[in-house]
Amino acid sequence: MATNATDDTAAGAAIAGTAPARGARTGTSVSLRDLSRRFGATRALDGMSLEIAPGELVALLGPSGCGKTTALRIVAGFESADYGEVLIDGKDVSGVPAAKRDMGMVFQSYSLFPNMNAVDNVGFGLRMRKMGTAQRRQRAAELLEMVGLSEQARQFPHQLSGGQQQRVALARALAIEPRVLLLDEPLSALDAKVRLQLREQIRNLQQRLGTTTLFVTHDQEEALSMADRVGVMRGGKLEQVAAPAELYSRPATAFVAEFVGTMNRLPGELNGGGTVTVLGAAVPAQDGGPASGPVDVLVRPEGLTIAPAPDGNGIVSNRTFLGATTRVTVLISGDTEIQVDVPSTTAAAMVPGTAVQVTLPSHPVLVTARET
Amino acid sequence: MASVVRAIDTSSRQGPVRQRAAARRSFPVWRWAILLIAGVYFLLPLYAALRFAGLHAFGTVFVQPGFWPALWLSARLAIMTTLITLALMVPTAVYVHLRLPGLRRALEGITILPIVIPPVVLIVGVLQVSPGALKSTPWLLGLVYVILGMPFAYRAIDAGLRSLDLKTLTEASSSLGASWLTTLWRVLLPNLRTALLSATVLIVALVFGEFTMASLDLFVTFPVWIVLFDQLNANMSVAASIFALVVVWLLLMVIVIIGTRQSRRTGGGQVNLFTAARTDTKGN
Repeated sequence: MATNATDDTAAGAAIAGTAPARGARTGTSVSLRDLSRRFGATRALDGMSLEIAPGELVALLGPSGCGKTTALRIVAGFESADYGEVLIDGKDVSGVPAAKRDMGMVFQSYSLFPNMNAVDNVGFGLRMRKMGTAQRRQRAAELLEMVGLSEQARQFPHQLSGGQQQRVALARALAIEPRVLLLDEPLSALDAKVRLQLREQIRNLQQRLGTTTLFVTHDQEEALSMADRVGVMRGGKLEQVAAPAELYSRPATAFVAEFVGTMNRLPGELNGGGTVTVLGAAVPAQDGGPASGPVDVLVRPEGLTIAPAPDGNGIVSNRTFLGATTRVTVLISGDTEIQVDVPSTTAAAMVPGTAVQVTLPSHPVLVTARET
Repeated sequence: MASVVRAIDTSSRQGPVRQRAAARRSFPVWRWAILLIAGVYFLLPLYAALRFAGLHAFGTVFVQPGFWPALWLSARLAIMTTLITLALMVPTAVYVHLRLPGLRRALEGITILPIVIPPVVLIVGVLQVSPGALKSTPWLLGLVYVILGMPFAYRAIDAGLRSLDLKTLTEASSSLGASWLTTLWRVLLPNLRTALLSATVLIVALVFGEFTMASLDLFVTFPVWIVLFDQLNANMSVAASIFALVVVWLLLMVIVIIGTRQSRRTGGGQVNLFTAARTDTKGN
């Protein structure tokens, strides 16, 4: 395990330092237009539309069953949409079989051909394109070098670690100079450390080659750290497509807000004129929330401030040291627990049991119907 | 305090170790006893047959009338049956696994039928309905053997397919530009080698041992020849059957050894009769 980890690190370094690879292909745009797909009674996709610019990496993020994998498989040609179309560089590819779409795909489960060593796996797509043996071997060797696995070229999949296998799979997908790179949760089967390294490696390679990439994941950290834009999906629809920072700071819906990052729910009361009363103070509410009824106000842990106060509105119930910051759990109005990020130096004074005053931000907050 | 902890620690570790050692000590006795009983059970009849045939019968069995034609007929039937069965069963099993997984159980049920139906019933039925042109050729017998071999072949191939991530492999292959046939030939068949060899082993053994159907279809295959010849010269016939046993056994050993060696290279398992498990990926 230890050796594998160093391998992966070395590979990351090697990639960062090398010049752009030969034959990099740029400029393929992908449009998903109004895609719908049913499996029996379940609607996997329900009128999903997405535009991916040339060279862009878009991540589809969502809980399992939200339709993200179905969307990817429709682009790959493994599934067909009941309605809607997929345009690659403006051309509808609905009738084109997967084998003729020129898409490189990396799968969640290990997909290397067990009967071929690493070089032959990487060269498989080139062989299908009738490239000569010598040329093919050379190109495959170049790609293996690119993912930092030159020494493993002659090894069979069963002799490679999971991380190495996924890197070979990545090299194999890139070998055919795909118009679009499709990544179907390629890191989920790996352990945390390898996942982190491979994440950087994939992103570096993708940026260097400029390959338009669609990346499906249920891991928000992965999506936020790798993608140019992230599309959050729910129930076969895209809730919001935005750059990671925007998604985090300005979530369009309560679902996005709570799916991405940690979010506190504070019981509030709507007032007329677009304000909401929460923790005894009236703050402006963001547009798009409910107009009446019991509501919750959504605030991030770093959006709240707390200070010790004997007659405060909350009591510290727990603390988790995270390094520079400490996440403090505060009990407010009896049974509501909220989490507040506090610089660790200030948090030292807030032992469990301390009475604190919780203060809200002054900028508009996201309001949503109260969950029962 | 520390020493107490250590003492508890060692005692708890010693417990199972001691038990395991005890198990190891008592196990060989049983193992040898079972091996001995099984050995006597299998070898005694062979020894009796050898005694009965006499060693000189082995020298002359090869020149007995009908020996070579019968052996050759059985060999041809074995090859024919193996090829037809694999050509039929591999695509069927792959298709069912990939596209109609719901039918897997049904197919399993269907393929078990030839074992349930007595061979006599099967061959009488087949002879009733088969076209005349087929009746006088070994092809008919070969086709019936295909049916007979189906349960074994299907199970071996099914086990092989189950050990592969069939869906991902075929999708990976087609995303790289391979056609269906190319995927079958370059990706699936090489990874099913162990399973195919297992199926072959079973079919060859079946064809070299089948008597009822061959004799009712009036073909002198090797087993039929042994029985017929038995009426002329009993020692010679027993020598022939021991010879057949050795030949088939050698053939199977060769297939198993070659197959296992090749599959080990790519991380596959040993060639077994019903399983073709692939070793797991190591770590991450």
